[in-house]
Amino acid sequence: MHVAHLSLTDFRSYASAEVALEPGVTAFVGPNGQGKTNLVEAVGYVASHSSHRVAGDAPLVRQGAARAIVRALIVRDDRRALIELEINPGRANRARLNRAPIARPRDTLGLLRSVLFAPEDLALVKGDPAERRRFLDDLLVARAPRFAGVRADYDRVLKQRGALLRTAAAARRGGPPGRRRAEAEAAFSAAGAGDVLSTLEVWDAHLAAHGAELLAARLELVEALRPLVAGAYAALAPSSAAADLVYRSTLSTGGPPDGDADRDGDGVPGAHGLSTGLGKSVDRAVLAELLRARLLEVRQAELERSVTLVGPHRDDLLLSLGDMPARGYASHGESWSFALALKLAAFELLRADDGDPVLILDDVFAELDSHRRRRLAEIVAPAEQVLITAAVAEDVPAELTGAWFDVAEGGVARVR
Amino acid sequence: MYEGVVQNLIDELGMLPGVGPKSAQRIAFHLLAADPADVKRLAHVLLEVKAKVRFCQVCGNVAAEEQCRICRDARRDPHVICVVEESKDVVAIEKTREFRGRYHVLGGAISPIDGIGPDDLRVRELMTRLADGVVTELILATDPNLEGEATATYLARLVKPMGLKVTRLASGLPVGGDLEYADEVTLGRAFEGRRLLDV
Repeated sequence: MHVAHLSLTDFRSYASAEVALEPGVTAFVGPNGQGKTNLVEAVGYVASHSSHRVAGDAPLVRQGAARAIVRALIVRDDRRALIELEINPGRANRARLNRAPIARPRDTLGLLRSVLFAPEDLALVKGDPAERRRFLDDLLVARAPRFAGVRADYDRVLKQRGALLRTAAAARRGGPPGRRRAEAEAAFSAAGAGDVLSTLEVWDAHLAAHGAELLAARLELVEALRPLVAGAYAALAPSSAAADLVYRSTLSTGGPPDGDADRDGDGVPGAHGLSTGLGKSVDRAVLAELLRARLLEVRQAELERSVTLVGPHRDDLLLSLGDMPARGYASHGESWSFALALKLAAFELLRADDGDPVLILDDVFAELDSHRRRRLAEIVAPAEQVLITAAVAEDVPAELTGAWFDVAEGGVARVR
Repeated sequence: MYEGVVQNLIDELGMLPGVGPKSAQRIAFHLLAADPADVKRLAHVLLEVKAKVRFCQVCGNVAAEEQCRICRDARRDPHVICVVEESKDVVAIEKTREFRGRYHVLGGAISPIDGIGPDDLRVRELMTRLADGVVTELILATDPNLEGEATATYLARLVKPMGLKVTRLASGLPVGGDLEYADEVTLGRAFEGRRLLDV
């Protein structure tokens, strides 16, 4: 698939912009701060309904404007779809497909699929587990949009359960310092210790059911990614040790579920030698049962700390080079190659599912040495559509020739 | 800003659910222009509804007397109770004319974020109603969202020792619709809840 036309209204620095695009390679070149990334960010937003640069939507709207509108004309196998997204920070977004309103913007996910490479990707290797969880979940949603719902449901269960744990803690302590005593007492009489526990069991069951669905999907995804990541990494860095990934869950299948949390002293499961990986056990019912059992084990610690301590929201994806973990041991260049390999694997996976997704390379080449730059260019060149941003023309590898836009002072002009 | 009373009216109307500042203004000016008798009638029913309408002592539904129309109706099956979140759910189910049992209105769903636990709902009243053993089936008709499901699970666990038949409304495909238009979650639920076709 490819984007044939991109139209922006009040998006980031653009009051309005119209960009006609075509298959093949397109480069957006211009000095920093002129709006190159804003263009590809908009394409990424249409595909994922989130930005790769910021968590919230507010920065996406041009200063002084109430809302931003992104329109993208998608062409796939000669069929055209016009997606329009109205971005309303703080309120629900609105979407139209081929001029017809869509009840839930979520339903336009999957119409455009893209893989975006950006300097921020380095955080996949060097950053917190949350970065790697987001990578997995975003890819799940890109492959099957219904996971947007699964993820939202899980987050909601977590929130509800967290609120309940806090109520329980307030009731137990007779009110945390700084909070009005009457309020805490009201919470106590309203909930009652025994009552909190019985509702907690209900939320445990829902957390386990939704968590197991997410977990099963992630485990399956990691298994599918492993050979692709290893292959992509070997192509980018042939002389380095082999790259591998293992899903590390806060659940444990190694041996009987014994109170790891209690013996760890600080009561944080997952922080110490829990078994990595759950093998190939991706049966949802089995995982749900395991998750429930683990929740029971850590209940005391959870009540003390008022947070949910086990579940996919605390899992991690362990990246390794040879026998060493990538995080903390890999060199800067190796880390970059690993991050690229993860994204290339995602591209391969999406391509195998349903044809080429749109590839976006945002300011990536400037970060790479000449060898990696050439290898990456060779790998991505055959894709149906590749959108590149670069500050200077020399950053665009010679292998990637195609359309050329100059981006300066808020204007986008085609020069080739 | 408008002068005193007009602005007060707009502010009050704006507090109603689903009414924004623009709509509030529109309604306010409609009332200003309306026939005084019409406005008086509206004011009257507003006061009357607060003064006269109560909640049924048995099921918690809105009622004009101590018990609601359904609880007073001797023809309704006393062996089946349908548990709903709000009074408006009763109206929705009544429209189907499928259900001839009694209702129990909880007054919401369990939602710790909003500080609503089982004790804030009419759960204790439900347990009292079930105590005498007349009721043999409990239909859980809470909303098919996370909070509604959690409430249903909670109630199912609570009444399990009583040996009642506990059922949950089915989730799945809308009748008269096209399969292709169903969203994935609904279609997934419909698959989970598929049943044997008896021919």
